[in-house]
Amino acid sequence: MTKHEPDGAQNAGDAIAVEPVVTDLPGHRLVLGEIDPLRLASGQMLGPFTVAYQTYGTLNEDKSNAILVCHALTGDQYVAETHPVTGKDGWWGSIVGAGRTIDTDTYFVICINVLGGCMGTAGPKDIDPRTGAPFGLNFPVITIGDMVAAQKRVIEHLGIVKLFAVIGGSMGAMQALEWASRYPEMLFCAIPIAGAARHSAQNIAFHEVGRQAIMADPNWCGGAYYDRDLNPERGLAVARMAAHITYLSDSALHRKFGRNLQDRQKITFGFDADFQIESYLRHQGRSFVERFDANSYLYITRAMDYFDLAAEHNGQLPAAFEGSPVRFCLVSFTSDWLFPTAESRQIVHALNAVAASVSFVEIETDSGHDAFLLEEPEFFRILSGFLRGAADQYAQTMTGTNA
Amino acid sequence: MNRQETTATARIRVDQKLIADMVTPGSRLIDVGCGDGLLLDLLVRERQVDGRGIELSQEGVNTCVARGLAVVQGDAETDLHNYPDDAFDFAILSQTLPAIFDVKGMLRELLRIGRCAVVSFPNFGYWRVRTDLLFRGRSPVSDNLPNAWYESPNIRFFTLTDFMDLLAELDLNAQQIITIDRQGGARSHKEIGHWTNLLTEQAIFLIGRG
Repeated sequence: MTKHEPDGAQNAGDAIAVEPVVTDLPGHRLVLGEIDPLRLASGQMLGPFTVAYQTYGTLNEDKSNAILVCHALTGDQYVAETHPVTGKDGWWGSIVGAGRTIDTDTYFVICINVLGGCMGTAGPKDIDPRTGAPFGLNFPVITIGDMVAAQKRVIEHLGIVKLFAVIGGSMGAMQALEWASRYPEMLFCAIPIAGAARHSAQNIAFHEVGRQAIMADPNWCGGAYYDRDLNPERGLAVARMAAHITYLSDSALHRKFGRNLQDRQKITFGFDADFQIESYLRHQGRSFVERFDANSYLYITRAMDYFDLAAEHNGQLPAAFEGSPVRFCLVSFTSDWLFPTAESRQIVHALNAVAASVSFVEIETDSGHDAFLLEEPEFFRILSGFLRGAADQYAQTMTGTNA
Repeated sequence: MNRQETTATARIRVDQKLIADMVTPGSRLIDVGCGDGLLLDLLVRERQVDGRGIELSQEGVNTCVARGLAVVQGDAETDLHNYPDDAFDFAILSQTLPAIFDVKGMLRELLRIGRCAVVSFPNFGYWRVRTDLLFRGRSPVSDNLPNAWYESPNIRFFTLTDFMDLLAELDLNAQQIITIDRQGGARSHKEIGHWTNLLTEQAIFLIGRG
C-alpha cells in the first residue's frame, strides 16, 4: 500500500470485525474502523477492532509535545509503570518517566499495543463474531505497515496533528521507519534504535524456529487452543529461549554465566539444568508464557519477517524517504548481531542519498541487541542530547509558522 | 602550557569564525570530518544553517549528536558518494585535508555534493615548519600541528603554494582565499606569493566549480 492510497473501505460489510475478549488489563481502549475499516496489506478489511494504549505525562495546549513509543516484539504498552501481569517495572522505565531521558514532565508519551498483540489490542485470541469463537489462525495476517496505520488513527483520535517524535527499538524501530516513510508530515523526528529496513534471512530463520516450536506443541491444536483450555506453553517457552539467545551476545553470556553450575558443585551426568545459562533460559521461557499468547507470537514475528521498506518502493530504499522533512536519529550497538550496525548504516546511506537530516551513532557495549532496554549511559546521553536539539529546532519551526 | 592552549583555542576560533563569515546564513551545508562539532554548532547557532556532519571517530560523533547536531558516523573517503549532487550549498572540510588519502577525489566529491567547497588546512610552507626541519632537523610539532609524526592523522604534507597548483591543475576556482598568521591576523588574497606562503600558518579557501 502506498502512502497516498486511502485505507477506507468500499464495502464496510465485508470487513472483519474483532470482538475483544474481556480482560481486566488497565489503560485506554479505543474502537477503530467502525465506519471506515482499515485496509490491511493482505487486502482484507479490519473493523471494528479495539486498540489498547497507555499515556504518560500531559498533552500541552498546542499538542506539540507528543512522543509515540513503539514497542518491540514481546513488549507492550506498559512502558513506564508496573506491569499488570508480571508485576515488574515497565520495559522502558529507565528511559521514560519524570526526570528521565524521555521526561514525562515535558512530553506526553503514548505507547500502543500493536495490532496482533495480546494486551488489549485486536489479536488472534479475540473473538470472531462470525463464529463466536476466538480467531486463532483465522485472524488476518498483519504487517508493520498495518500496525502503523492503526497507530495513526489513535494519534488522530487524540487530536495530534504532528508527533514530536516516534521512537522505538528493534520492531519498534521498524515502526518508527514505517511512520517516517508513510506519514512524514505527521512526525518531527524519528528515532529507530537497533533496527533494520528489512528483516534479514537469518532473523526470519530464527523466527521460523520459534514458530515451529510453538506449532510442534500438541497443545497448540492448529491455533485453536483457547476453548480447549490448553496453552502451548512448552512450544512458546522454547521459542522464547531460542529468541532470547539472539538478544544477547557471546561475551555477555560469558560475563553473566560463563560455565558456572546452577546450585550444584558438579555436573550430574543427566539433563537437568546443570549450567546457570540453562536455568536462566528455562526461567525466561517459563515467565514469558505467563504473559504472552502463542498465536500472537506467530503473528507478530510474521509481521517482522514481512517487513521490507525498500520492497514497498520498487527495491529503492532511498525512495522510502524522498523529500522527507523528518529528522532521523539512528542508534546501533556494537555487539548486536541480530540487528547489526551494518543494517542501520544501510538506512543512513539511504537517508544521505535523499539528503535527509540524520544522526547516527554506534554505541560500544557487550550487551547485544538487548542493550536498547538496558542502562547504557552513553545511549541515554546521546538520546537526551538529540531530543534537546530537536526540541529547540521544533520550537523554532513553530514560532516561524506563527510569526 | 595553559597559556599556549588558550592561544591555540583562540586561533581555532579565528579560523572557525572566518568560515562562519564565508557561509550564507540559512544555507544547507555539510561539515566533512566535523570532529566534536564545535564548528558545526557555531554555524547552526550563529548562521542558522541547516547543517549536517560526518565524522569517523565514534567519540566525536557521540559528542556531536549529544549536542543536538545531525551527524553520522562514517568515513568521508567512502561515504560521500551516498549524497546526491547539489545536496548542499556548502561542503566544508575544516583541517581535515592533510588526513585524506585521495585528495583530488575528495575535492571532486565536495564540489559534487556542494555548490561550493570551504577547505581549511595548516600550511606546511609556514616559516616555523621550515625552520623546524632546517635547523632542528625534526618534524614540526606546534599548537597548530599538535601531534608527533608517529601519531598524527596527517598523511599529506602540503603548502599553500602546492594547494594553489592543485586547484589550477583541477581547473578549480578559488573564489576567496583567507590566510591566518601566528597572531590570528587574517588577510584576504587573490594570489599567493612567496612571502604569503612563508608567513601563513593556516589558510581557508572558498572554492567554486571553476
